[in-house]
Amino acid sequence: MAELSWPPQGKAAVVGKPVERIDGPAKSTGAAKYAYDINAKGMLFARLLGCPHGHARIKSIDASAARQVPGVRSVKIMKEPGKGRKSEVLWEGDLIACVAADSDGAAREGVAAIRVEYEVLEPFVHEEFLAAAEQAGRTRSGGDNIKLQREPGDDEDEDEFADKEIARLLEEADVVVDAYYGIHSICHCPLEPHGSTCVWEGDRLLAHLSTQNVSGTPGQFASPLGITANDVTVHCDYIGGGFGSKFAADSWGVVAAQIAKETGRPVKLMLDRDLELKNAGNRPSGFIRVRVGADKQGVVNVWDSHHWGTNGPSGAPVSQGVIPYVFDPPNRRRRVTRVRTNTAPSRAWRAPNHPQGAALSQTAYDDVARKLGIDSYDVFMRNLPSVSNGKADVYAEQMRIAADLINWKSKWHPHGKGEARGSIVSGLGMALHTWGGGGHSSSCLVKIHPDGGVETFLGSQDLGTGTRTVIAMVVAETLGLPPAAVKVHIGNSQYPQSGPSGGSTTVAGVSESNRRGATAALEELAKLVAPKLDAKPEEIEAVDGRVRVRGKPNRSLSWKEACRLLGMKSIEARGEFKRGQPTDLSSSGVAGVQMAEVEVDRATGVVRVKKFVAVQDMGLVVNPLTAKSQIYGGVIMGIAYSLFEERIFDARTGKFLNADMSSYNLARLGDIGEIVVELYEPESEYRRGVIGLGEPPVISPGAALSNAVCNALGVRVPVLPMTPQRVLAALEKASVSS
Amino acid sequence: MKAFRYASPRVEDEAVDLLEDRWGASELLAGGTDLVGLMKKMVVTPELVVSVNRIDSMRGITADSTGVTIGAGTHLDELLDSPLMDDYPAVKQAIRNIDSLQLQSQSTVGGELCQRPRCWYFRNGYGLLADQGRHVVEGENQYHAIFGNSGPAKFVSASRLAPVLMALGAEIRVVGPSPGDETTMPLEFFYRIPRNERQRETSLEPRQMITHIRLPADAERSCAVYEVRRGAGPADPLAAAAAHCRLRDGVVEAARIYLGQVAPTPWNVEEAARWLVGRTLDERTAREAGEIAVARATPLSKNAYKVQLARVSVERALRLVAGLDCGGF
Repeated sequence: MAELSWPPQGKAAVVGKPVERIDGPAKSTGAAKYAYDINAKGMLFARLLGCPHGHARIKSIDASAARQVPGVRSVKIMKEPGKGRKSEVLWEGDLIACVAADSDGAAREGVAAIRVEYEVLEPFVHEEFLAAAEQAGRTRSGGDNIKLQREPGDDEDEDEFADKEIARLLEEADVVVDAYYGIHSICHCPLEPHGSTCVWEGDRLLAHLSTQNVSGTPGQFASPLGITANDVTVHCDYIGGGFGSKFAADSWGVVAAQIAKETGRPVKLMLDRDLELKNAGNRPSGFIRVRVGADKQGVVNVWDSHHWGTNGPSGAPVSQGVIPYVFDPPNRRRRVTRVRTNTAPSRAWRAPNHPQGAALSQTAYDDVARKLGIDSYDVFMRNLPSVSNGKADVYAEQMRIAADLINWKSKWHPHGKGEARGSIVSGLGMALHTWGGGGHSSSCLVKIHPDGGVETFLGSQDLGTGTRTVIAMVVAETLGLPPAAVKVHIGNSQYPQSGPSGGSTTVAGVSESNRRGATAALEELAKLVAPKLDAKPEEIEAVDGRVRVRGKPNRSLSWKEACRLLGMKSIEARGEFKRGQPTDLSSSGVAGVQMAEVEVDRATGVVRVKKFVAVQDMGLVVNPLTAKSQIYGGVIMGIAYSLFEERIFDARTGKFLNADMSSYNLARLGDIGEIVVELYEPESEYRRGVIGLGEPPVISPGAALSNAVCNALGVRVPVLPMTPQRVLAALEKASVSS
Repeated sequence: MKAFRYASPRVEDEAVDLLEDRWGASELLAGGTDLVGLMKKMVVTPELVVSVNRIDSMRGITADSTGVTIGAGTHLDELLDSPLMDDYPAVKQAIRNIDSLQLQSQSTVGGELCQRPRCWYFRNGYGLLADQGRHVVEGENQYHAIFGNSGPAKFVSASRLAPVLMALGAEIRVVGPSPGDETTMPLEFFYRIPRNERQRETSLEPRQMITHIRLPADAERSCAVYEVRRGAGPADPLAAAAAHCRLRDGVVEAARIYLGQVAPTPWNVEEAARWLVGRTLDERTAREAGEIAVARATPLSKNAYKVQLARVSVERALRLVAGLDCGGF
């Protein structure tokens, strides 16, 4: 097969056009079935018991009363009592047992009837307070990393040299920002919680699983069940959010399958909101003390930081690699401390590490501007030569576009110097980000039938991003058909293997495999069509519903006429893509700039987003409608973690206090202001091919909103989320110190 | 959820007759927006649930020259839509602030007044007082009481309507504890601060229930409510105030101010109201009244910021009463 490419920019028939989701009507009418909607005849309902203590050892478990509850059919113990590690519970909500019953109510009653004897141990849940963590013996060095322009002499100790050199560079700097920032852990909180309905068909398991990893989960079920992956089918047509937390079968998926096997009845086990928030995914927290030295223009020359945080029991904090974020000044030292907490292990949260990196460091760059009394925009622009991804020019252009869209130049005022309307002040802030987004490995099977029908099969999934529609568009483009003519089959592990939807890898992966598969199928068709049109197969193209000799509309067959030449036999063609394989169809590496305009009520500390601009490149834009949706979603999630979302833990008990939707606050429609999305797609980007978009737009909001609030108040609210309490505390601290 | 018996009586007396005489053994169900969640989390585990939704006498709004009478089973959005409530714009504002179509259309007025505290220690099964208040005092008390918290109760009253209804001088009609018993009392007397886990946050007995809320007619007064809301949606405000003044040429002749979300009951700030009498209501006096209102606050370890929010709530509610811009969001 010749090396494939996309049509030149502006020449594509389908790709790049705003195509409405092909599954939109199914989703909006309720016809679409999510894992939560799947019910099977004779199904049992399963509920889980979570440990009520943040840290404990299980001495004994007595499930006899639970087994007596009317309707209870099975009780499975998931944690072993005793003395060993396996009996230790490391966070509140960790799963102890599962009860399956004829009704949901009976299952819950069964859970409540389980008697567990605990030895309660000391929990630690407040990692923001480093001294307390040290005192509790919960910290461990995560290493450091030093980069200096000058090198130590042969006889000098490297660490001593670094201390002296950094002190010298800070001394020489025109301005030094010495600051503290933080970003708390948040949960994935998908509206559809984790879970599955497990049905055995003879010796085969059919798991209707809410997953972003259709092809990768059968083996995860099989191994603990003592069967092989060929005896497991995972099915997921629709998923109500995953955000990086739904790659696994999970212990509760396996236990549902086990109970289904033992009882001979299907088992439905979806986490309730409480255990969803406590077990099924969160993002590591990060807190940082930093000194930054810059010149009068705001160009940063030295960065010296110490950050800490947690991902739960193992204590891994935010990666060093994102500190400082995108900018990489000539001299930097970063130290890391791990803090072990009695909180659930984190999972990949949309753009792992990056949102924290931005919030912990681009705030400091903004504080350089504040301290110098100059425009943050200029400081960001002047520091672009130090960006670590080689995209300084792209950022510069995106900054100009974003600034126009938010009217930066006319609205900007020095930090804290804007006009107040009553107690309301307004401000502007910005941040920039980067991500990979290269395609994952993906295989598909494209079929063309003698009656003209076209379908494609792949074990991918639509994470809610419009994957089905994108696949239909790519196949349609390749075969000269409208997207509606292509039937897309995804969401079943029996189909050809395709990667998990994580890390913005799906759109490039499935575009690659389907462009290749559809091209291969068309080549097969061309072999039959060519003789009829007195041409060679390589001269055949499919355009506008017709199969024709390249550039010769009058030497053509309609699509149906062409397909009729197949006789009785359909074409089946594979499309294959291996991650990392160099190709003209896709690429990786994006930039992105976001700017926020906020209003803050100084008397109450309430922050409102007025306008938010997101300028984003993603190579070739397959579908501008779904691309924009992705960005809206990312920005809204960003607003949520910047202003609202936070896990609240009780120090004495380790209890996760707000694990419900009435007190774990998310952004609502009225909270998001006006969001303006600009897809940045000059020819230089278009020709790079398809690049994933899931992560980038969620990275910058924390820093951009923090910077905007700082610009409004003239005072930094150092820790996200910026609740009224934190805003008022920052204002009070500033008024005391001045 | 624990299995329970369910009754759906048609008349008030039948409901009273069904109720158990021990708190928690039976619960009243109206809109269910609070009770059902509490039952699912097994914070309450009644053996009997008595629905009031088919009791016709408890539904609807009527008016005469002396005021309006609202059935406790009337849905919040019926108040929003009713012209009979046009004389009480602050009540409509308080309902609009709840900012959720689901809650507005499902919640009843009586249920809104009776909803249990949102205290996360209570909601996580530590009991209404959470170990005689110790969990709250030593724990996460950022949303807890800054007034009335010297006893074991540290939670804040959850009702968003109570402060404004109390400012308007609302009375409630209560039936029980025996069938045929009925009494009328100021809404203010309905709330009380529990001293032990056997008590609840109201003065009613287990076999009593609110059937009607009565608002006096008083066209000469003006009333406003201000809530510090973190964002859109139904989340609880961080502080709230309802102010009700009779003004003559801008001078306050009578005033009532109640705070919400700051104490185990709606909180009457009489000193501030008294101070206002005889003064011209303007930006300055509104601010000063706010300061007087919070002068005796007793914040816990993490909620001192709520003192500021309560102060601002009073100031802004009074500014609205005076016809001024509230001065903030």
